[in-house]
Amino acid sequence: MSVDTATVKKVASLARIAISDADAERLAPELNNILGWIEQLGEVDTSSVEPMTAVIPNKLRLREDVVTEGNQRDAALQNAPQGEHGFFTVPKVVE
Amino acid sequence: MSDITELGVAELRDGIRTGKFSAREVADAFIVKVSQGKALNAFIVETPEHALAAAKAADEAIAKGEPLKPLSGVPLGMKDLFATKGVQTTAASHMLEGFKPVYESTVSQKLWDAGAGMLGKLNLDQFAMGSSNETSYFGNVISPWRRGGGDNAPLAPGGSSGGSSSAISARLVPGATGTDTGGSIRQPAAFTGIAGIKPTYGRCSRYGIVAFASSLDQAGPMARDVKDCAILLENMAGFDPKDSTSLNLPVPNWEEALSGDLTGKKIGIPAEYLIDGTPTEIAKLWEAGIAWVKDAGAEVIEVSLPHTKYALPTYYIIAPAEASSNLARYDGVRYGLRELPNDAEISRLLAASAASSSSGKPTKTALDLMYEATRAAGFGPEVQRRILIGTYVLSAGFYDAYFTKAQKVRTLIAQDFENAFSVCDLLLTPTAPSSAFALGEKSADPLAMYLNDVFTVPASLAGLPAMSVPAGLDAGGLPLGLQIIGRPLDEQGVLNAGLAIEQRAGFAARPEQWW
Repeated sequence: MSVDTATVKKVASLARIAISDADAERLAPELNNILGWIEQLGEVDTSSVEPMTAVIPNKLRLREDVVTEGNQRDAALQNAPQGEHGFFTVPKVVE
Repeated sequence: MSDITELGVAELRDGIRTGKFSAREVADAFIVKVSQGKALNAFIVETPEHALAAAKAADEAIAKGEPLKPLSGVPLGMKDLFATKGVQTTAASHMLEGFKPVYESTVSQKLWDAGAGMLGKLNLDQFAMGSSNETSYFGNVISPWRRGGGDNAPLAPGGSSGGSSSAISARLVPGATGTDTGGSIRQPAAFTGIAGIKPTYGRCSRYGIVAFASSLDQAGPMARDVKDCAILLENMAGFDPKDSTSLNLPVPNWEEALSGDLTGKKIGIPAEYLIDGTPTEIAKLWEAGIAWVKDAGAEVIEVSLPHTKYALPTYYIIAPAEASSNLARYDGVRYGLRELPNDAEISRLLAASAASSSSGKPTKTALDLMYEATRAAGFGPEVQRRILIGTYVLSAGFYDAYFTKAQKVRTLIAQDFENAFSVCDLLLTPTAPSSAFALGEKSADPLAMYLNDVFTVPASLAGLPAMSVPAGLDAGGLPLGLQIIGRPLDEQGVLNAGLAIEQRAGFAARPEQWW
């Protein structure tokens, strides 16, 4: 499987990372090198193997459906790059 | 007492208890060492006030005759991947530069509750992604070790817990926390001549640890010797309702049950760990390790872990996939960095987006552009590389071929260990395929760097407890480690075998001070 610069740009867009054309040119062979090395897993017969879901058998717990740490608006906003009137703010998305 | 900083965790704890020295004297001595160790770049933030406050509490308790806590007055280093309330927590990234959590990680809270103090936040590879500490936004950590013969090339302290390993090895701290996703405790411990244990997955809470690959991430202690690791681990482990994969089991008294007597134990030697290109001195050290565990009473047998060679490629699908998902949280909205292109740039990018779309309308909004600019500026090259690989292997059409396939091979790797543990109790291997390399030596080739984790990744994929103990030196005078891997929850067996090796290896080498 070979990754070209268009694929790199598409993946970067999915990952929400801005990359320049030069970045895409540089990354394509790098990613191909790594993905090519990963391809060796194709040698392993996994036809009758279940994918791993938990390394140590452990049941997911349920908890009481009650508020545990509510009313922490100010704490939640404390590290926000921008907040106004008790909300996170983002750039305008609707013209 | 000539120099308090020569002492380890147990000796400091006991010395404070018996009045040999005050906790304040201990804190002062290490604070001076930290301030003199800046050339190593092991710390991102120093927190002498935190260590002094813990010392004051210990000394006051002694003055009042109150009972002491398990680690009263012992100052430690905290890997900067653990959220510490009110103290900058960066994961060595620009993304989280200046981030001051409003909460404390469970592991660090447990250590403070046990009376320990914090000397500072330790440098690491960015988001714990790296094996050499060269991916930190805050600069490389330098190993205190140097090759013999006047070669002063700065060496890697290992990664990702390289600040921890460098600081302990240089005696700036008696012990520290680390985290291990594919070897990030064990490989740096081996590179710097110290001990470190990754417990069974689920022993230590992941709550408040900046997430990298959640099915692999585990916290553990790093210290000068096995006993100190046992003491620290006892005060880090334990059930935590805030982590859904935390194991609801009592924490054993590992320190009390420590014994270097391996009578009745069977130790397996996996043939597949003898890989092409292993330096002869590492193969020799492994032989020495086999002789030491036999001398301690263990029976040694050969075992096979046939899927070992597939562990690394499996890891480099699963870890980046989980990372791409975990790191989606850095969006420039709720915390961390925000980068916003200026109005002209936004107009240009929106026009470009419209030009390349079939509808003629932009497919992106200014919000998308903010996300993209933030993540491009906030993540370093290695982090971006792994996010891109992870996004690719999880993307539509490739998910089964890569991610599901890797999870299936992971099952086979775990089964290999299960089979081995049906005939033996523990496994003995080298920790890393080489001693410490020079900074810059491998950083240009991601694959060469990844291969450094060849011996540590398999146990991570299977969630098993594993530790590295210093066992010898190579021809250049650099430390080498041996790794012990145990059954799930058998930290005691791992620590005991570690102790048996430590007692026989007589590792006393230390770096000559140049910093």
